[in-house]
Amino acid sequence: MENGGLGLWGVPLAMLAGAIRVSTPFIFVSVGECLTERSGRINLGLEGTLVMGAMSAYAIALTTGSPWLGVLVAACVGLLLGALHAGICQLPRVNDIATGIGLMLLATGLAFFLGKPYIQPKAPNLGAIELGWWSGIPQVRQALQVNYLFVVGIVSAFALAWALKNTRWGLIVRLAGESVDAALAMGVPVGRVRLIATAIGGAFAGVGGAFLSLYYPGSWNEGLSSGQGLMAVALVIFARWDPIRCLWASLLFGAAGAISPALQSVGITEGYYLFSAAPYVLTLGLMIATCSPERALRGAPGELGAVR
Amino acid sequence: MNAPSLELIGFSKRFGGLAALDEVSVKIVPGAFHALLGENGAGKSTLVKCAMGYYAADAGEILLNGRQVVINHPKQAHELGLGMVYQHFTLVPNMTVLENFVLSRKHLPSVIDWTVERQRLKDFFDTTPFTVPLDLPVADLAAGQKQKAEILRQLYLKRTLLILDEPTSVLTPDEADEVLSTLKQMTRELVLTIVTITHKFREVNAFCDTVTVLRRGKLVGTRPVSELDNDTMAEMMVGRRETRATVEREQRAAGKTVLQIEGLSVANTVGQLAVDVLSLDIHAGEIVGVAGVSGNGQRELVETLAGQRHAEAGVMKVHGERYTATRPEMIRHRIACLPEEPLRNACVAEMSVAENMALRSFDQAPASPDGVRLRRAPMRDVARRLIEAYRVKTPGPDAPIKALSGGNVQRAVLARELSSEGDLLIVANPCFGLDFAAVAEIRARIVQARNRGAAVLLVSEDLDEILQLSDRIVVMFDGKLALQTQAAQADVGAIGRAMAGH
Ligand SMILES: Nc1ncnc2c1ncn2[C@@H]1O[C@H](COP(=O)(O)OP(=O)(O)OP(=O)(O)O)[C@@H](O)[C@H]1O
Ligand SMILES: [Mg+2]
Repeated sequence: MENGGLGLWGVPLAMLAGAIRVSTPFIFVSVGECLTERSGRINLGLEGTLVMGAMSAYAIALTTGSPWLGVLVAACVGLLLGALHAGICQLPRVNDIATGIGLMLLATGLAFFLGKPYIQPKAPNLGAIELGWWSGIPQVRQALQVNYLFVVGIVSAFALAWALKNTRWGLIVRLAGESVDAALAMGVPVGRVRLIATAIGGAFAGVGGAFLSLYYPGSWNEGLSSGQGLMAVALVIFARWDPIRCLWASLLFGAAGAISPALQSVGITEGYYLFSAAPYVLTLGLMIATCSPERALRGAPGELGAVR
Repeated sequence: MNAPSLELIGFSKRFGGLAALDEVSVKIVPGAFHALLGENGAGKSTLVKCAMGYYAADAGEILLNGRQVVINHPKQAHELGLGMVYQHFTLVPNMTVLENFVLSRKHLPSVIDWTVERQRLKDFFDTTPFTVPLDLPVADLAAGQKQKAEILRQLYLKRTLLILDEPTSVLTPDEADEVLSTLKQMTRELVLTIVTITHKFREVNAFCDTVTVLRRGKLVGTRPVSELDNDTMAEMMVGRRETRATVEREQRAAGKTVLQIEGLSVANTVGQLAVDVLSLDIHAGEIVGVAGVSGNGQRELVETLAGQRHAEAGVMKVHGERYTATRPEMIRHRIACLPEEPLRNACVAEMSVAENMALRSFDQAPASPDGVRLRRAPMRDVARRLIEAYRVKTPGPDAPIKALSGGNVQRAVLARELSSEGDLLIVANPCFGLDFAAVAEIRARIVQARNRGAAVLLVSEDLDEILQLSDRIVVMFDGKLALQTQAAQADVGAIGRAMAGH
C-alpha cells in the first residue's frame, strides 16, 4: 500500500481531514438554520438554497475568475431565498414546512436549469491554509489543510452563540421564537425579526453551497448536495438549537462521513457502502438514545412548529 | 405619591353572539386596593384586558388621573405606567428569570452587560420581601414562584397601576399573604394603585378597600368593603338564586380495594424522581385526599394514573388487575380523571365543546354505531344535556372549547368525566380558579360520586378542600407519603408540619 508507512494511523488522520472538509457545509447550513429556528421559523428549503448557492458561486467564479466573489454572490442568493421563504410564511394560513419543501424543489430545479452550461468547465478553487507545513509526511500535510470557510464557520458559530445570549438583537430573536404573545406585548415586530433571521440563515446556507462547488468536491454537478441541506436541518434538532453544539454535531457528522473513504485509503474496501451510511446511522442512534416521549425537548423554541 | 386614579367608562365587548361586557363603568381612586368580583365567565378578565389594550373594546373610554387616554395596545398601557399580571403566565419559559426581567425593560442596550444587570436586579430584590432565583429557566420554577416572578417583574418595571388577574390562585395562603401585604403596603404609601380579580373573600376582607361586582357582563355595583359582609358579596355575585345544598356524606364503611399503588416511582420532566417508591390503596366509597405543597410529585402521580407519564418502577392495580393506564383499561375499569389545567391536560383546545365532551365515548354507541363512523347528532345531543346539567356557560356545543372561560372548561371536563359513573375518580385541584357557587357544586358532585360507591383520589393544594371532602388524608412531601391519617382524627397542625417536611 502506498500510505507512506503510516499504516492504520492513516485512518484517524484521514477522518480528521474528512471531518474538516465534509463538515464545513453542514456547519454553515446548521448554524444558519439554528438562527432561523431560534426566531420561530423552520426553513426546510435550505437544501435548495445550498444547491442554488453552489451553482451561482460556481458560475460567478468561472466567469469572473474570483472564487470569493462567487461566495459573496452565493450569500446574496441565499439571503433572497431566505427572505422569500419568510415573506411567504408571513401570509395568513401558510405553513412553514409546506412552503419550505416547495421552495426546496423550486430552488434545486432552478439551479439545475441555470447551471447546465457550467457542468463541464473547471472554476478556480477557494484555497486553504496549510497548517501541515512542518511535516514531511504528505498525509499529515493533506489532513492539516484547513480551508478558510471552515474557519469562518467556526467563528460564526461562536459569534452567533454569543450574540444570542448577550445582545439586544439576540434576545429579541429568541423572544420571537419563544413566545409571540410576549413579543407582541413588548412591541417586538415578530414578522420582521423572523424575516431578517430567515434571510441571514439563507445567506449562511448559500455560503455552504459555495463551499461545495468551489472547494470540496470542487465542481458543479447536479448530484452535488444529495440531501446535505436537509441533513443539516436535522442536525439543528440534534444539537438542541445551540450554535456551538451545531458545530460539534457537524464535525461529528463529517468525521463519520469520512470513515469509509479513510478505510478505503488504507486498503479496506469491504463494506464501503455500509460505512458510507455511518453518519446517518450515528445520527439516528444518537437521536433515539437522547429522546424521550415525556421529557421535554430541552431548548426547543416555544413557537417552533406552531401551526396556525 | 404617584399612584394614579383610573376610570373606565361604558365598556362593552362582544365575542360573536355573546356580550362579555355590557356598558361597564368603574372608578378606581389613587392608592386603592380595588377588588373585582364575579362568577366564572362574568367578564372580569375581559374588562381588564380591554383596559390594557389587549382586547379592542367595542365601546369605552379610559380616564387616567382624570385625563382621557387612548390605549390600543399593551405597549401604550405600559408607557402610561399600567401593568398587568395575567391569569396565565406570560414569562418566557425557556429563558432565565434574569433574561426575562431584562428583556421587558423599555430601553435595552445593544450589548447587554450581564454583571451590571444581575447586580441591578439583586439590588432590587434586596428591597422586596420575597425573591425568586435569578438564573433558573422560568420553566423550572414552581407555579408559586412563577407568579411571584410575574409580580416582581411588574414592580421592577416601576408600574404605578397594577392589574392582577387571580394572582393568588397558584400561591399557598401564606405566600398569598406575603405577596398581598407587600402590595398593600405600597398602596398605603401611594406609590401603587391595584386592581385585583379574585374569588377569595378572605383576601378581599383582609386586603381590599373597594369591591366592584360583575354579573354576566353587567355591572352590579361598586361598594367599600367596610359596608359589605360575605353574604352580601355572594348575593351581589350570583343574584337572588338559591344555591344548591351540599350533598350530605353518607356514613359508609369503605368497600373493596379499587386502586392499589405499590412502590410507584415516576420521573419528572427533567428526569429526577418526582414520585419516590409510593404505595397507596383506595377503597370503594372513600375519598382519599392527597395534601401537599405543589411540586412534591402530585402532578406526576396524577399524570401516571391518567396515562400521560410512564412509571420508572412499581405497579398500579385496579380491581386487582394490573393497570397501565391504556384506553381499554380505563373503559373496562370505568376510570374518570379530572387533571389540573384541564384545557391543556384533558381537552383539545381547538375542538368544539361537543367533541371534547365526547372524547371518552366517541368510539362507542351512540356516537359511533360501529366503531368506524362518527355521528355528530348524538354527540351534540349528549353535549347539550351535559351543558344543561352542569351549567356550562358556552355559546353552544359547537363553540371551540378554548373560547370558554377557565371555570367553564373545568365544568365541561367534569361533566364528561362524571357522566360515566366511574368506579375510580381521580381529581386534581378541581376547584382551581372557580367562584364559590361553582366550588360548592363541584365538591358536591365529588361527594355524590363517593356516596354512589366510587373510589376517589383527590389531589389538592387547598387544605380546606381536603379536610372538607376526604375520608382519609395523606400528605405528599418530596415524592413520598409523609403522613397518613383518618380525616375524622386529623390533626391540622401535624398535616401542616408534614406538608412543610417536618
Ligand atoms: N377570546 C375569546 N373568544 C370568545 N369568547 C371569549 C373570549 N374570551 C372570553 N370569552 C367569553 O367571554 C365571557 C367572559 O370571559 P372572561 O374570561 O372575562 O370571564 P372571567 O370573569 O374572567 O371568568 P373566570 O373567573 O372563569 O376567569 C366568557 O363567557 C367567555 O367564554
Ligand atoms: Mg378570568
